[in-house]
Amino acid sequence: MSDSHSLLVQGRVWNFPDDNINTDLMMPQSVFAKPLQVQLRSVFATYRPGWVDAVRPGDIIVAGRNFGTGSSRPGSFLLKQIGIAAIVAETINGLFYRNCINYALPAMECPGVRELASEGDVMRINFATGSVDNLTQNITRSAPPMPEFLQAIIRAGGIRERLKAEGYL
Amino acid sequence: MGMTMAEKILARHSGQAVVRPGDIAVCEVDKIIQIDLVFSASAEMPKRISNPSKIAIILDHAIPAPTVGDADGQAIAREFARRFGIEKFYDVGRHGICHQVILENGLALPGQILTCTDSHTCASGAFNCVARGMGPLEMLQIMCTGKTWYQVAPTVKFELNGSKPGSVFGKDIFLHLAAVAGSVEGHNIEFAGSGIAGLPLDDRATLATMGAELSAEFVTFPADARAIEHLRSVTDERFEPAESDPDAEYAATYAVDLSSLRPYVAKPDFIPHNTLPVADLDEKIAIDQAFVGSCANGKLEDFRVAAQIMRGRTVAPGVRFIVTPASQKVLKEAVRRGYVETLLEAGAVVTNSTCGACYGGHMGVLGAEEVCITSSTRNFKGRMGSPSARIYMASSATVAASAVAGYISDPTPLLAESL
Ligand code: SF4
Repeated sequence: MSDSHSLLVQGRVWNFPDDNINTDLMMPQSVFAKPLQVQLRSVFATYRPGWVDAVRPGDIIVAGRNFGTGSSRPGSFLLKQIGIAAIVAETINGLFYRNCINYALPAMECPGVRELASEGDVMRINFATGSVDNLTQNITRSAPPMPEFLQAIIRAGGIRERLKAEGYL
Repeated sequence: MGMTMAEKILARHSGQAVVRPGDIAVCEVDKIIQIDLVFSASAEMPKRISNPSKIAIILDHAIPAPTVGDADGQAIAREFARRFGIEKFYDVGRHGICHQVILENGLALPGQILTCTDSHTCASGAFNCVARGMGPLEMLQIMCTGKTWYQVAPTVKFELNGSKPGSVFGKDIFLHLAAVAGSVEGHNIEFAGSGIAGLPLDDRATLATMGAELSAEFVTFPADARAIEHLRSVTDERFEPAESDPDAEYAATYAVDLSSLRPYVAKPDFIPHNTLPVADLDEKIAIDQAFVGSCANGKLEDFRVAAQIMRGRTVAPGVRFIVTPASQKVLKEAVRRGYVETLLEAGAVVTNSTCGACYGGHMGVLGAEEVCITSSTRNFKGRMGSPSARIYMASSATVAASAVAGYISDPTPLLAESL
């Protein structure tokens, strides 16, 4: 298992192969004002009931096209809190991607990744080089690496940590 | 190789001569818009902020407050405005949906960069502004530091030519583009073509707003004479529009002959590649609720056309027709012009301006298994209430015609009769 702000992640895969999986499914409007524990229970609760209970810290989400489309609600924060260590998708919605970086949840686009892993396979992702390895099946793909500027935000633990360090919070 | 509008604006704001897709641009942000939902008891308050004159606070999603939690959050927003000396504060009475208030008051100007927590912030691209939604934490960072980063995206061009038929509106053009281009995540959208000049600003704003449903990064329109004339009438702030270079590069170009379009509808749950002409629906879809509203389509143009259709007609039995203005200003003008009276006489409910039913918050939430036709922005499962409700999306004209018929209907015949 990797430390929580690492850009080299090795973990067990969960497949979310559908396109356009949206933020309302990650974090329904009904929990906005609820305590964090209730918010965490709501993650994909209608889309994939029971999934939250099966997630272990360090797990990886492999997803389809336009993952995270929708609103600015911080679904990526909830995913990080339940233990997801990385997201690799065919393509990722831009707003969701920003939220991932800002909350220090490494995320990357990798065309073809959907076919690369079966659920439960162990995958290793190096965000700095863009290499995506399925260790269970011995297959490798490469994707455009994460820009150094964004890697630095993740290594710092996200933008809240930076704002604290700079005395804004 | 030249630059697109978005590339030019990002280059200028990051102090670089040129930026290209893939580059990171760290930019000064010109306008920072905070909405009611970001203020709550648990929200973090900064110790200091970079520049209060760049910030505007607009209460919109839940006003007047439907719950104690909302009321408490809005009290925190007022306290925040006082503490940091934020003068652009749009409280209940001066309020409206943030994107409409931005456009009405010239908060988004050509060549500028604007950020806001709401995902439909690309709306401000109607005025040649590079604008996008951000998460609440990133908004906090921008308030504190005045800056953020952008990874320059490739751009898709939508070229509009010709002029649209009378029963076709901005929403129909958008739903057609969604059928042709599908989702464009990871790309900007740039509108071009001789057809723009004839489009009312309200239709342009609908098109820019709806770019969020194709997952666009930025949506930009050129700042033409009509846009500049409006902006000059509401602000004397200086601005410098950005034009795209003739040799700018595009990832794809889609040309649309506006005169060939018909009213469109989106089927439930998502928009890209899920839309078709209303006349091509192969079944009669009975509705429980018809909704005209949101930042995309609660504008004066929407009131005008809804009133035109409802004049002398009534809402079908068993249908609730709810109309929500995009701002207090729109409501006042719609009252003055008699649109509101026409709608009320026909059996519609005209609400206060708020996001309300658009996000399933209040004033028109859908129950289990209900069917709604809406001219708002988003048709995700559960968006407007129960996850088992079915949300179809169309122009305000199609919504009004459907409210009269009781099922989803092409507005063309009613518009022709009521000229
Ligand atoms: S009207 Fe709907 S889409 Fe527009 S800002 Fe409000 S909630 Fe967002």
